[in-house]
Amino acid sequence: MKNELAEIVKVGIADLNIVKSPNRIRTSGLGSCVGLILFDKINEIAGLAHIMLPDSSLANQTTINHAKYADSAIPLLINKLVGSGAKMRLLHAKVAGGAQMFQFQSSNDMMRIGPRNVEAVRRILQTYNIPILNEDVGGNSGRTIEFDPKTSELMIRTVNQGTKKI
Amino acid sequence: MDYTKSITPTHLDILKEVGNIGAGHSATSLSMLLDKKIDMTVPDVKVISFNELMELVGGPEVVVASVFLRMEGDIPGSLFFVLSIEQAERFIKKLIADEDFSLKKTPYSELGLSAFQELGNILTGSYLSSLSDLTDLMIYPSVPALTIDMFGAVITHGLVELSHVSDYAIIIDTAIKEEDQLDIDSVKGHFFLLPDPNSFKKLFDALGINHEK
Repeated sequence: MKNELAEIVKVGIADLNIVKSPNRIRTSGLGSCVGLILFDKINEIAGLAHIMLPDSSLANQTTINHAKYADSAIPLLINKLVGSGAKMRLLHAKVAGGAQMFQFQSSNDMMRIGPRNVEAVRRILQTYNIPILNEDVGGNSGRTIEFDPKTSELMIRTVNQGTKKI
Repeated sequence: MDYTKSITPTHLDILKEVGNIGAGHSATSLSMLLDKKIDMTVPDVKVISFNELMELVGGPEVVVASVFLRMEGDIPGSLFFVLSIEQAERFIKKLIADEDFSLKKTPYSELGLSAFQELGNILTGSYLSSLSDLTDLMIYPSVPALTIDMFGAVITHGLVELSHVSDYAIIIDTAIKEEDQLDIDSVKGHFFLLPDPNSFKKLFDALGINHEK
């Protein structure tokens, strides 16, 4: 979890981390998971959470991994950012992911996990009054995302649609 | 308590045998379909973190062709049949007798995808029916779904259920190898069987092994 001196900090699944400019932060292979970027443009500091599930109250674990759930990852990420010099009122968000990788007729809620993750992230950001500047969510493609705190640009790569920036 | 904690080396050996029997049947089906010798290695059964799982085929960003189905019935879980793009192309070319078929760019040929889907149906079907015969458990597979995308995005679909209770997966992995292909392929074909956490007890009970003492 420590910030190494590497150019690009990689965040695994159900994990989160923060970077300061000129470093960038990246996570690969987002499917139904949501990649949430919170950033402070003035102080050029950004955090990324690779969120897997909407709600930690669904957890059936004694010790929970806070980075896994939207409701616990967001406050944790905010704390980390503010603790490293970001200003709460300057935080903005960019959101990517929440795809539905396989199409089923089944209305099983588990199969709709992507859209549910996105809804949870939006709802929780609202309670913290953090505006979402851009988002690229839904669909049925996997995404790799990389954020540069210097330019506040989020690079999104998919297999079939190439690379774009939001 | 984390469900993976109660799994002993004996349990892993049993799961390995379960995977071995499933994979053996699938290998026979695959080699009949393609008219060539197919090797399936002895399955690897591991308790691994989600992030380690991503590395099994070379990282979360590696593009794979995958057929996925949900098992319902006595032992719910997920089953993935995963091939590297090159390997999937070779198989499809052979099945539809079309040397021009490509998975490098969209739109993919409908016929080719349909052939791959059918290949997935047959292989997952023979895998599951041997598993069902062995354990005498009812397993109802969902209609298999096909996708060609990043491995990380694909496999997390099968982790959703168990991610509620753990950050580790018990994975029954079987590598598929064609006889005439050298080992240079960084990504080999795989079967990944991911039973839901509650399925292990039923599976071990059916096989006559005490799960929790």
